[in-house]
Amino acid sequence: MSTHTSPVHATATPAAAQAAKQRFLHDAAEHVRDAGHRAFVRKALGGYYASRDAQKGRYRDWEQARDAASLAKWSAVNRLDVLLPRFVANFEANGGLVHWARDADEARSIVLELLRDAKARAVIKSKCMTSEEIHLNAAMEADGYGVVESDLGEFIQQLRGEPPYHFVFPCMHVRRDEISDLFGRHLGTPPTDSPEELTMIARRHMRRLYVDADVGITGANFLVAETGQISITENEGNARLTAALPRVHIAISGIEKVIEHLDDLAVLLPMLATAGAGQPLTCYNTLYAGPRRPGETDGPEVMHLVLLDNARTAILADPEQRDSLHCIRCGACLNVCPIFKNVGGFTYGTTYQGPIGSVITPHLRGLADWNHLSGASSLCGACTDACPVRIDIHHHLLHNRRNAARTAPNRWEKIGHRLFVAVASRPWLFAAGGAVFRRTLGLLKVLRPPLLRDWLASRDLPAAPAASFRARWKARG
Amino acid sequence: MTKTAPSDRNTAARETILARVREALRTPAPPPHLKSAASAPAATNGLPQLAVLPEEAARPWLPDGGDTPAARLGILTENLGKLRALVYPVPDMTAAADLVGTLARERDWRQVAWHDHPLVAALRHGIPCGTLEVGPAAFDKSALEACDAGITACEALVAQTGSILVSSATCGGRALSILPHVHVVVATLDQIVATLGDALHHVRERHAGRLPSMLSFITGPSRTGDIERILVLGAHGPKELVVILVG
Repeated sequence: MSTHTSPVHATATPAAAQAAKQRFLHDAAEHVRDAGHRAFVRKALGGYYASRDAQKGRYRDWEQARDAASLAKWSAVNRLDVLLPRFVANFEANGGLVHWARDADEARSIVLELLRDAKARAVIKSKCMTSEEIHLNAAMEADGYGVVESDLGEFIQQLRGEPPYHFVFPCMHVRRDEISDLFGRHLGTPPTDSPEELTMIARRHMRRLYVDADVGITGANFLVAETGQISITENEGNARLTAALPRVHIAISGIEKVIEHLDDLAVLLPMLATAGAGQPLTCYNTLYAGPRRPGETDGPEVMHLVLLDNARTAILADPEQRDSLHCIRCGACLNVCPIFKNVGGFTYGTTYQGPIGSVITPHLRGLADWNHLSGASSLCGACTDACPVRIDIHHHLLHNRRNAARTAPNRWEKIGHRLFVAVASRPWLFAAGGAVFRRTLGLLKVLRPPLLRDWLASRDLPAAPAASFRARWKARG
Repeated sequence: MTKTAPSDRNTAARETILARVREALRTPAPPPHLKSAASAPAATNGLPQLAVLPEEAARPWLPDGGDTPAARLGILTENLGKLRALVYPVPDMTAAADLVGTLARERDWRQVAWHDHPLVAALRHGIPCGTLEVGPAAFDKSALEACDAGITACEALVAQTGSILVSSATCGGRALSILPHVHVVVATLDQIVATLGDALHHVRERHAGRLPSMLSFITGPSRTGDIERILVLGAHGPKELVVILVG
């Protein structure tokens, strides 16, 4: 089984920062040229728009539901100092074991130690973006543990040796004939062009693996402080099976997933499903309160929870962008983003793609290396409108740009802005400059100065007007 | 329950993370941007509370769950139909047992699993094939995997979303409702509630002080859209969800 590779790792050297940015620009250009790929992604999202709108229509007031969801997350994130210890105390009272991880490295060692203690031979995993964030599969394979991703999309990506393309729809970029070939190569199954038959191949392949696995690894969507339960949202039933059959259950979650009340889920679960996948509710929404209880039929003997910081407290320390920790990972902002739809999920080179990924990645991996993602935005605000918990996403992209300019100012940009202010604040100079500019505009096309070269690569300069706007306005009388 | 002693590393990590959280929150964040003035935060201890408190379970802005038993039944049935679950209203338990017998013969079931529950027990005489009872004393994962169907009771049915709430305490544990290819739920009409909030409230009342280790809202048969975003039923969980409503 192939390992997940991370396209780019966190570094702080200027050369590496340049490399991440250059790679982004290169991959973006490649994807934008690939009209077939773009059409395929647009078509895949077409059905999502229709079902999302139909489901939103069932809400008697969607905007008020967004207010409630936003408030539930706001009041939890801003009281994490109280609610996180409360969740942990209640989860432990339910018989669960909590392991704290300051960073990705610590989280990986904790999981590997738990696998050693459990004498694990076979591990089954359900979809968990936090495990992608810490590159868990590669670490497990390096230690000799076989691990199978049970979510269909993640399984396909694991066989392809690629990370997820989209953090909710991992293989939305892959055509069915490619999946058929992939299954043929790895599982020896005959070719088919039926999505149903392909799904059944994965179903048949996986059933024995659930029964035989010693350890099941899952993520968590919400941590309920007042009851000490973790909530997992999924459609396929693979997380249910992963947390039911193996004798050890390990869940991995970021610390920001805490909510205060169980009842908050009565708002958050339907919002997550509708915004993320256009469903009334995702097929399985399951709450786990520790391992199997005396008197219960089945379930794991032990339940571990790895609580991960990994720079989430750095986002928490930025009051301006703290609300990006409200994110419930529904993926709605990716689905509506013109940049995502054109450059594709891999171009970002991040665990979390799209607008929310562009906001949080600079915090997780360093602003100097990942600031370029904040430039990849049309600032249209579609992401902010789509967000069910009202994260101010597109303004945060601007905040990141401002912060980057403060920490590492671009000298040429500064000179350019000063020059503009000097010219624009003197009407006579502005008029003279305009006259020169109108006469030399054509020349720029020929000379292609470095500052304009990228812009001109895919655009034509407009023809210069004969007279300035001010002159025409005056002539109008 | 074996508890490992907290390691020094774990204690140090916990203290570091909690200290970072406390330090980060010393600077307050601006209040959230809300559209409606009605839900503007009411300050309590300087912090806004959730505008809609648990006792105001109606939440008149979420999808409707129905005000009367008849309305709730109508909404539930419509939602289950859209989710491609199979709904069978029957007048009594005898009719329910006959129905299960018919389903078993039509689908050629060889082995059906169930658990000890009065509603489920009443169906037993209708089943014309082999059976497997799962319980705290006897549980064979492989035998359950080989079953064609699992029959369970439920905690509640939610009209608003067309969901079935099952628990590990009263519905045959964790695997019975997810591992067999077909999940048959038998329920009475008085188990229908309007909203998710009502279902959560109900389950807390019923299991006061000690929630089951698993609670799961099941909303239609297992599904995936991972291949070209095309809906396929029966990804890993049941391909068919049969809901028998008695009464």
